[in-house]
Parts: sequence; C-alpha cells; structure tokens
Amino acid sequence: MENKTCFHCGDDCGHHPITFQDKSFCCQGCKTVFEIFNENDLTCYYDLQKSPGAVPKEIEGKYDFLTQENIIDKLTEFRDDNLEITTLYIPHIHCSSCIWILENLNKLDPNITGSQVNFGKKTVRVTYKNTTNLKSVVLLLSAIGYEPYISLDDFSAGKKEINRSLIYKLGVAGFGFGNIMFLSFPEYFEVNEFWLEQYKPLFRWLMFALSLPIVFYSAQDYFISAYKGLKAKILNIDIPIVLGITVLFVRSTIEITWDLGSGFFDSLAGLIFFLLTGKFFQQKTYDFLSFERDYKSYFPIAITKINHEGYEETIQVYDIKKGDRILIRNEELIPVDGILINGNAKIDYSFVTGESQTLRKHSGDKLFAGGKQTQGVIEMEALKSVEQSYLTQLWSNDVFNKDKEEGFTNITNKISKHFTLAILTISLIATSYWLFRDPSKAMNVFTAVLIIACPCAIALSAPFTFGNLLRLFGKHKFYVKNASVIEKLAHINTIIFDKTGTITSNRKSHAKYAGTELSEEEHQVLKSSLRGSNHPLSRTLYSILKANNIETLDTFEEHIGKGIVVQHKTLNMKIGSASFVGSPEERSVLNTTVHVSSNNVYKGKFTFYNSYRKGVSKLFNTLKKHYDLVILSGDNEGERENLKKLLPAKTKLIFNQKPEDKLEFIKYHQTEGAKIIMIGDGLNDAGALAQSDVGIALSEDVNVFSPACDAILDATKFNTLYQFIKASKSAIKIIQWSFVLSFIYNVVGLYFAVTGQLEPVVAAILMPLSSISIVIFTTITTNFLGKKLK
Amino acid sequence: MSVIYILLTISIIVAIGFFIAFILAVKSGQFDDSYTPSVRMLFEDELVKEKPKSTNKTTKTN
Repeated sequence: MENKTCFHCGDDCGHHPITFQDKSFCCQGCKTVFEIFNENDLTCYYDLQKSPGAVPKEIEGKYDFLTQENIIDKLTEFRDDNLEITTLYIPHIHCSSCIWILENLNKLDPNITGSQVNFGKKTVRVTYKNTTNLKSVVLLLSAIGYEPYISLDDFSAGKKEINRSLIYKLGVAGFGFGNIMFLSFPEYFEVNEFWLEQYKPLFRWLMFALSLPIVFYSAQDYFISAYKGLKAKILNIDIPIVLGITVLFVRSTIEITWDLGSGFFDSLAGLIFFLLTGKFFQQKTYDFLSFERDYKSYFPIAITKINHEGYEETIQVYDIKKGDRILIRNEELIPVDGILINGNAKIDYSFVTGESQTLRKHSGDKLFAGGKQTQGVIEMEALKSVEQSYLTQLWSNDVFNKDKEEGFTNITNKISKHFTLAILTISLIATSYWLFRDPSKAMNVFTAVLIIACPCAIALSAPFTFGNLLRLFGKHKFYVKNASVIEKLAHINTIIFDKTGTITSNRKSHAKYAGTELSEEEHQVLKSSLRGSNHPLSRTLYSILKANNIETLDTFEEHIGKGIVVQHKTLNMKIGSASFVGSPEERSVLNTTVHVSSNNVYKGKFTFYNSYRKGVSKLFNTLKKHYDLVILSGDNEGERENLKKLLPAKTKLIFNQKPEDKLEFIKYHQTEGAKIIMIGDGLNDAGALAQSDVGIALSEDVNVFSPACDAILDATKFNTLYQFIKASKSAIKIIQWSFVLSFIYNVVGLYFAVTGQLEPVVAAILMPLSSISIVIFTTITTNFLGKKLK
Repeated sequence: MSVIYILLTISIIVAIGFFIAFILAVKSGQFDDSYTPSVRMLFEDELVKEKPKSTNKTTKTN
C-alpha cells in the first residue's frame, strides 16, 4: 500500500490517514482547515497549487496579549471607532494559493472588510470592523494555517517609513532630461535658420527652467556627499562630479544670458540622470530578507505572568522583573534567564546556538533566554530582566552601534583622489597657457576641462558591476546586503567558521547502532513500524535504514513523546526512549538515541550524530591555499579529533567560546591586520558577525530568521563559497578595466577642451557615449562571471 | 502670436501631467510590491464556482 500525501499540506499521511470527502489528511488540524474552506466555498485554494497548506499549530492562550490596548495600538497602523488596519507578517506565504486565500479572508469572517498581500515581504494588510478584534483576526489566520509572526521587534520599532526619494529624484531627472533633449535638438544642427533664431531665447530659458529641479533636487545628494568629503578632508568621487555639475550649470546660465551659446543643459541633465540610474541599479533589496535582525525579532511581545494570588496575567516582556514567576507554553520562547520551577522542559536552543537538538531540563535547572519550549507548559522564575540576560547582553556591545561603512574607502574613492588632483592640474596648466596666448578663451578652456572631465563613467563603473553581481549572487542563493560587501569580500585574508549548524548540518542524517544484532525479521518490523510514525526521529531513522519488504503489522500503537509498540505475528517490539523501552543504561544527555527491544528483551540503541556538510573538507582544502582558516566553536572539545581528520592541518580549532569571546577574538585579529569573514548561523554568532569585515549568516531556510549580518548564504550553497569570493575579486578587475576605458574617453574629451573647441554637441555625444559603453562593458563581463558560478 | 507657443505649452502641460501621474503612482505605493499584483489579476475567474461572487475588493484597478 502506498502512503498517501495530505491533501492540505502535502505531508506523508502515514499509516492511518484521516479520510474526508475522499481526500486524505495527515492530521485533524489539516482536515479542520479543509472543512473551514469547504464550508465557505473556498476550496479552489487547492486548485491553484497542489497541497499549499500548513498544519495549524497549537495556539491556545498564546495570543491573549492581543487584547491589551497598548499592544493593539502598536500593532495597528490605523485605528478609530469602527475600523482598524493592521499589517501582519506571515512566514508561510509561499504561493499563489496563499495570496488567494488571504485576500478572501472576508469570506471567512464578514467583519473583515479587506485584506491585501505583499508577496515579497510576506505580509498581509487586514482591514476589519470594530465588531471583531485583532485577537480574533490572528486566531482566524492561525486556524487556517497562516499563523502570523508577532515579535518584540513589531512592538518597539514604530512605523517604518519607506524611503522613496531616489525614485522621485530619478523621475525628476528623467523628466527634465527628456524634455531638455527635445528642446536642445534644433540647435545641434544650427544653420542660422530664421525661425530658429527667432525662438532661440525661449527654448534656452525653458531648458534653464527644466534644469533647476534637476540641479537643486535630483543632484542634491552629490552636493551633500562632496561637502561631507571636503569636511573630512577626503577627495571622494563626488567632488569632481559636483565641480562638473556646478560649472555646467553656471557656464550654461551665463552663455544663455549673454547669448554666447546654447549652454550644456542637455549634458547636465543627462549626466545626473545616468548617475542616478547607477545608484538605483545598485540598490538591490531583498524584501523577504532582513539583514538587521537582533534578538527582538525572535522574542515575543508579551508573556504570561503568575501573580501572587496565583492568577495569570499578560505582561510585556520588558516589564518582567527579577523574581517574577512566568508561564511558558508549548512553542513559546523563553525571554529571560531564570530557574525552572515545575513542568517538563524540553528546550530547543537552535535560535541561539544553531544546534537543533532539544535539551531536557528538570526543576531547579537554569534556563537561558532564547530557548524555545517544545513540550507542554512550564513555570519558571525570572532571575534577570530581558536586557540583562546572558544572550541579550551581547547587544549592549558597541559593535552593534558602529557603522561598518565608516573607515572603508571604496575603490572609486581610492582613484578619485588622484583623479581630482590630475584634473585640477590639467585645467590650471591649460588655462595659464591660454592666458598668454588668447586671454579671451582662457575661462572657456578652464570650464570646458572641468565639464568634460566630469567622471560620470568612473562613477558608474562600480554601481553597475556590483549591482549586477549582487543580482547574480542572489540567483545563486547568496544574498548580499549591499555593493560594498562584495568589495570587502575581495580583500579578505582570514575566514572564521562557527561549528554547530555551520559546518555541521542541522539534520541528523547519521545513526550508529550499538547492541545485539537484530534478526532479519526484527529489522523488517522495525522499518515497517517507523514508517507509520510521524515523529521526526522515526522519519530520519526510516530513511537511513536499508529498504526491505514492508510488512503489514498486526497492531501499531504510538505513545506520543515516548515511543511505538508493534505486534507482528509472534514478535512484539518496542521502539522509543530509553525509559519507555526499558534500557538498562542511564539515560544519556549528550546524544540523541532511539532504543529498541523485542519481546521485552532489550536489544540496543541507535545513536544520532550531527553530520558535517557535504564538501566541507574539499572547501577547506581549496581555501587553505589563499586564506587563514579558523573554527570558532561554542561547544566543548568533543569533536576536535574528528575535525582534525576532516580539515587541513593548519586550520586553527578553538573551542568553548562564549559569544563575547568570539567577538573579542575577531577584534584582536583585526588589530593585527586581518580582514575577516565570519560565517555563522545562530544568535550567539551575532556579535562576531557584526565585528567581522564581512559577516555571512548561513541559513537552512532563508525565509526563517537569521541574525544581523552582511550576507545570507543558503546552506545548500555552502561548498561554493570560494566561487563567490573569486567572483568578487574578478569584479574588482572589471572595475579597474572600466576605469581605463573611461580614461580613454576623458583623454579624447580633454583634447577638445584644452584646445578650446568644445561644442555643446561634442559634450552631448561624448558623455552619454562613455556612460553607456561603461554600462555595456560591465554588464557583459559580470554576466560572464555569473555564468562561471555554479 | 505664433502657434509654436501654443504647441510648446501643450507639450509641456502633457509632459507635466504624466510626471504628476508618476509621482502619485510612486506615492500610493504602486512600485513597492512588483510581484503580487501580477498574480492577483489572474484570480477573478476562479472565484466563480457555484454562485457568482462579488469581485475582490482588494484588487487594484490600476
């Protein structure tokens, strides 16, 4: 019998699918969601995409805090007596069915008047009448498998304004550029024609009027940046640009006022338009990723506190004081350090360490903030407040307030220093020469040099090269925050790796059996029974064991959280935890194990190990030729021998590192001149990621959270890391070549300028020509680089 | 008065009209999400199953 997949979520239904209307479901939750959709004629949810759903999670009591006024105020963007609007982040949004069902929420609840999905950002903006409330909306979404993610970040951040100023500036420049071109065209072919002479002043003053918003609005960032550069005594690339813009504008205005010529308004508008296009192109953002996350994105807004009279009340996490008793439900995150008072704690610290292995804690044990309870309800006593907890303390370090861009001179600014000086020298020499020969032309030559040397092409090289590479990297699942990260990547000499979750895989795919050999029949029954179980460990073990014939079992009984009991003919087997199966040995806390007994005789256990990612060894061997390699792990030295075997001999292995230690380690090496990439994945690496020159977060699933970093790398692409670094290096070469190319254009232009024969039409041809050929050159070469990436 | 003044005035007014339309479009957030509308516009037909349904209120008509 083939196992069916769930009609709702697409999971394997196991042995006992729930059947409803001829459709199979893996669990009651999925069936309930289907029933809801079915009642409301919304089943075409399943037509758009096959099995698009998610299993609704247990949420009882989880959203009680949404009835508090101050929290609702923070979460809604509009609120009056009869209408509320809120935007909720829903990680599950992944296909067109999701968009469809979420935009039809009004069919499920008539109080909801409208909902609009932003697929890129994975948000839904819900408008609802006051006859319902935020909590019911969230509960409705959770009930259909679209549980919103509400974190402390939503609470503290206020409304984020979207900055659209660059689009406006580009729009203004494009508008002006187009119209100026159209008005200046007649004069390019000036033949002293009667009508042209008649209307020349009108055309020219119209061009002047159109150029005003371009110079004073669109180009304003360049003026600001040049001023800042001068103040800091840095000759950045914006200084020659601003010189060029100013001279273009002033000379053109003078020319048309005294009827000396038609001015260079076309070149002026074109220049600014091209420069802004470059800026726009470089600004590639990934809506669905965030590079700025701190612990706030992980933490809940509110938590249940048990007050002195024993009543439960919801309080904000910032209000938790030392000594408060708090209640943590299943799937909730522990917001503060504390002591477990009662309940069975099974804590998943994967947010913090990257280790997905859950830890059992007993009453009296210390719990650290950032762990997620995965089973039942626990009560704990807070020992610290949120900001003072072990994990969150890390964020008080200065490194999180530092701007990484500071102190970094990019390739364009490196060259602009020499460039600016060279241009000023040339213009002065040419002017003095003309002062002796023909003083009437001297001013003309001086301005012409500054105009023609305006480094539009140079300023465009880096944005287009890096911008294009950013896109190509994104296609290969390496999401880079901005262009300067690629540039820094090219100058790296040290690479530091975190161990757990970074070079090891989170999935347990390794199991070793220890104990009495299992008979053929036992093996088969074991495999058959694992097949019926939904427990993650059963699934893993099932996929590891070699395929045999699958037997039909006589009885199959699963005890949730304990194990499975099966009966096949005369064979009775128990599979599960040590206490359930009756293992003679003490329960081991270090490893994950599954125990097996047959006919009440203990047989042995399967021990699961973290496996190293594929290609780790090969990657390290490629990297060792070019870089210093370090493993910086928060774990104990248990794996040292294994790592020594796996990795090249000169790799440094450092264990037992606290989050602060990692940060300090990197800081120390940076003072010794190391340029460091840090590759990590958990919140405990956050400090190190922020301190390093390039912090790369490795992520199994880019849609879930990763700590603040400069780039996010999909875990499946881990072994191709070196290719990305190599491509970044080639990108620097491309930029250097395009500098050479633009120098050639400048030399040609300078010839016209120095000899005093720069006509507006020459400038109008040369400037766009150089810019466009740079754009074409960089695009073609970077695409060629992209082809080499696998 | 020459016709060229009228023509220039018209051409600039038309250009400014489009420019204002662009600014308004940016302001209303049309360029913030470039993917969802492309999916949304395909939905209308599938809504009609048994009884005709009111059109989706949230669908933008731009």
